Amino acid sequence: MPSEEYLEGIYQIQGRDFVDAGIVSSEMKKKLKEKGIPESVIRRVAIVTFEAEVNIISYAEHGTIRYYIAPDAVTIEANDVGAGIEDIELALQEGYSTADDSIREMGFGAGMGLANIKNHSDEFEITSVPDEGTNLRSTIYLNGK
Amino acid sequence: MACANHCLSSSGVEIVTLEQIKDLLDAKVVVGDDKLELEISTAFGADLMSDVLAFARSGCLLITGLSNPQAVRTAYALDIAAILVCRGKALTDKFIEIAKELGIPILWTEYIMFEACGKLYREGLTGCIREVIVEDKQRAQ
Repeated sequence: MPSEEYLEGIYQIQGRDFVDAGIVSSEMKKKLKEKGIPESVIRRVAIVTFEAEVNIISYAEHGTIRYYIAPDAVTIEANDVGAGIEDIELALQEGYSTADDSIREMGFGAGMGLANIKNHSDEFEITSVPDEGTNLRSTIYLNGK
Repeated sequence: MACANHCLSSSGVEIVTLEQIKDLLDAKVVVGDDKLELEISTAFGADLMSDVLAFARSGCLLITGLSNPQAVRTAYALDIAAILVCRGKALTDKFIEIAKELGIPILWTEYIMFEACGKLYREGLTGCIREVIVEDKQRAQ
């Protein structure tokens, strides 16, 4: 039974901090488990959050991940200050990547991230200004689409 | 229930326990001594966590040569059953500490990924997905 209360919070992310990649995802997962949210939803939120963290760490100077847990949906919002994306349509294509070797050595940069976020979202929005930053919003419904 | 040798589940899927994987690959159990009865039927092998995040399914064994904390957190996000670190990769204290914290069993083997995958496949484990379907426009010419 989903809780009726509304919960929100924010995490700060530092660019190039690969060792901490996934910490927000792990924290979100623990938080959602405590609230008794269905496993399949938790898994999707954990994946979306992880990919969003990796994007900020890989391509931005710094950023934030906000979460909103409502009775019917979980929303993840990632906002960063950094390189931004020139061509969002291209960046959404699986396999397209601008990652350098330093990112790949950390196990990321396959060009799957944005597409993976979109695939796991019920609602997905992204806007970006090159050399300024990227804003991404993913909503996952608690009771399926 | 654990079998003396490898066995079939009711759905006809081959089941192997962590204990059997340990024996098969002369692996060390780094984390999860108490979880050797855990049953596994599928696996995914990759060093790129981006690909793991995109393609791995819950409950599978992750076979990887990437032994950094991000690999453990990736496994946790995806409900991956256990990690098998191959190629004898060095493990940091941080890696082990996070695996303990998140409850992910870690096996460690000196076999290269191909050998580890081959031995497990021969035992009956299958990929958690068989192939990735690529759209025509992205297909290599």
